[in-house]
Amino acid sequence: MESTLAVKQATDFKKGVQSGISIAIGYMPIALTFGLIAKTTGLALGETVMMSMLVFAGAAQYISLSLLAQGIGIFEIILTTFIVNIRHFLMSASLNEKAEEDSIGARMGYSFGITDETFSVAATREGTVNAGYMFGLNLTAYSSWVFFSGLGFLIGAGLPQTLQESMSVALYAMFVGLLVPSMKSNVKVVYLAALAAAFNSIFTMGELMSTGWSIVLATLLSAILVETVETFKTGRRTEADE
Amino acid sequence: MSKEIVIMIIGMAVVTYIPRMLPFVMFRGKELPPFLQGVLKNVPYATLGALIFPAILFIQEDIWYGIIGAAAAFIVAFLGANVIVVVIGSIAVLSVYSYFL
Repeated sequence: MESTLAVKQATDFKKGVQSGISIAIGYMPIALTFGLIAKTTGLALGETVMMSMLVFAGAAQYISLSLLAQGIGIFEIILTTFIVNIRHFLMSASLNEKAEEDSIGARMGYSFGITDETFSVAATREGTVNAGYMFGLNLTAYSSWVFFSGLGFLIGAGLPQTLQESMSVALYAMFVGLLVPSMKSNVKVVYLAALAAAFNSIFTMGELMSTGWSIVLATLLSAILVETVETFKTGRRTEADE
Repeated sequence: MSKEIVIMIIGMAVVTYIPRMLPFVMFRGKELPPFLQGVLKNVPYATLGALIFPAILFIQEDIWYGIIGAAAAFIVAFLGANVIVVVIGSIAVLSVYSYFL
């Protein structure tokens, strides 16, 4: 019994690694660029790699560099990081709904690796997710992030400019690739994505709030609105059936 | 390594980890109210919408870059391709575009 469980966890781990490969590709140019900018900002190689290892959050890491360059104090940088990353709370709460009941320790371990990308891949997967899958997925993404941050610091602008530019689309293409199959099979997904995109555009392009808050608020508004409409409709349908 | 930078990194690490970890510990094995469950199940698709748009338009200074990249990704994904194929396909289309620019 114990060994079949171990085998299942191992297979799930492998599946996680496979799902993580597109993230690993997508992280490559961003991490390389991060390493390069960290170097020009004046960070040491050790500091650059340490930040990628401990923080593992692309947008926040980029922002911290630009704040450092402007001479902003570390308390403000930490506070900004918190605001930029608060959206992960929403993502973890959502993913928790389809996560199997692994031990607290396992959950505390894999939750470290929740990013926009690992969340998107895990959340759009069929069925449930467990610790084996999450560790495989997150470790693949994490290894790429840490490795290429260090490499970016060392080789920097070594990659051809045109390839660097075209690779900047990679993560967005991945998001599209995760979203479209669900859009085709469920019209509700179209409303959810379109509404959130519209809210986010208004908030960020109208400069009403920072990107961190904007993504949280746009997501919540869209998810609540669509759910409310659906509850209302199914409620009325049930009444009509009676 | 500078002490100040190390403190900053550790601070950033802590405030990033806590929001990621809390829901998995707080809500473990708990049944949330149905409406809240419904909202949380909607979150992934809403998040994807907000993550893609409008940011995809501004990946390079040339706005067409994002528009062409997005269109390529949508078309390849709509044809039913695997995520990796969508990623590589969009990179390829943009490489061709910037080559002829």
